[in-house]
Amino acid sequence: MSVLMQEMSEKALALGVPLSVQLDLTYRCNERCVHCYLDHDDHGEMTTAEIKYLLDEMAEAGVFILTISGGEIMLRRDFFEILEYARRLTFCIKLKTNAVLIREREAARIRDLGVESVQVSIYSHRPEVHDAITLVPGSLKRSLDAIRFLKSQGLKVIIANVLMTENMQDYQGVRALAEELGVNSTLDPTVTPMMDGNRSTVRLGVDESALKQVFRDQSLVGDVDEFCAVAASPSEDQMQALPCSAGHTAAYVSPYGDVYPCVQFPLPSGNVRKQRFIDIWKHSDQLREVRSIRLKDLPSCSQCAHGSTCTRCPGLAFMEGNMRGPSTQDCEKSFARTGIPSANLLSRKPAAANLVQIRALPTLAGATA
Amino acid sequence: MSKLYIARSPKLAARSLDGEMMIMSGADSTLYTLNKTATIIWQAADGKTSLQEIVEHRIVPEFEVEAGAALQDAEALARELAGHGILQVSEEPIPQPNSAAGEAR
Ligand code: SF4
Ligand code: SF4
Repeated sequence: MSVLMQEMSEKALALGVPLSVQLDLTYRCNERCVHCYLDHDDHGEMTTAEIKYLLDEMAEAGVFILTISGGEIMLRRDFFEILEYARRLTFCIKLKTNAVLIREREAARIRDLGVESVQVSIYSHRPEVHDAITLVPGSLKRSLDAIRFLKSQGLKVIIANVLMTENMQDYQGVRALAEELGVNSTLDPTVTPMMDGNRSTVRLGVDESALKQVFRDQSLVGDVDEFCAVAASPSEDQMQALPCSAGHTAAYVSPYGDVYPCVQFPLPSGNVRKQRFIDIWKHSDQLREVRSIRLKDLPSCSQCAHGSTCTRCPGLAFMEGNMRGPSTQDCEKSFARTGIPSANLLSRKPAAANLVQIRALPTLAGATA
Repeated sequence: MSKLYIARSPKLAARSLDGEMMIMSGADSTLYTLNKTATIIWQAADGKTSLQEIVEHRIVPEFEVEAGAALQDAEALARELAGHGILQVSEEPIPQPNSAAGEAR
């Protein structure tokens, strides 16, 4: 984040402005990614008029960065009508798409409408791996063709990859491909549970040894020693820190008008079909509760060695049953990164904690090798 | 001094945060922020109102400044913003396409 953007975020936080919103237009999709957390049936998406009304409300509320996502956004027949309307309201627009339906004409239209960036999901540089994840034969080729169309229009494209056992060997290939295409890339080691709480997708994520490998890859993390260092216990200031932007300067709206703090934090906080967006943002009990939480209020995490450096996602913690609790997926990442088990891993399994002590030497030796 | 007309460049993203405009240039994702005076000028930049009128009707009453000096400052600012590609400056009115992004709040 640029210094200026950081300044704007701080100002928005002080003023209580929702600077950034992700709006999912649909959960329908033309791919069937094995790790997807969505129910793809249409349970009553907002109409074009409802979305335009919401966009007016969001512009009025001060939303600047609007991420339009799904499902697959291009499956909405009114996609360009919505995009054009949103641009007329001068949102800074980021699109997330699998890009399968983007050809020259669509790429040119997206460029003409002044979209800031387009994020495209690519899981491997090899069709047999990518297409086995999307479950759509030929999808890698279609997505890569689309990236070329978007690039040739001068658009900023970002390749988003999710690390799973199935594509673990290919993340460097994806990065090389991104470089060849002249686009940026991101790698997310977290597979999100399904929105209804079903955790079957989480099992597709990589195991501890793969995480260790990734966290020690200099090309990804920069200074490995610094990245993997165990931080000092949280300071008084850090104890007052906010967990993340969710509910503070950012929010999420589903295709059905449900407002959540974040796409990965499915705490129902209101519905824009029943209430004004700004009223939900300002007065929802749920968002107020999210806003009240500081690191010091988290029973396990405030006592944890990783408290000041952990990437703990309150949304993942919520999906485990307690938004003030730890997020096991982040505990596992902290452990893979540093070799030190988290307060959560230790306290949840007293027997296992003893075993960790007995096996401490080999574990630590493995972690620092 | 000839009249100057100013218009917001198309394809920009913009939002006012507590009276100060955040502007993102789509071309290179650079973020700009404008102070309150610059924000008033930018919001009034409709291509058909001259800079002189904007200064006389919007800046002078609001900030109680001397019109001549304010206009000089406004011209310098307009040219600077034009240099960053976020404002168009012309000695003629600048026609605005209907669909252009421009309802910045
Ligand atoms: S940490 Fe989790 S809840 Fe917070 S912004 Fe990130 S994904 Fe959303
Ligand atoms: S490692 Fe686990 S217990 Fe420790 S701060 Fe992170 S989420 Fe909390």
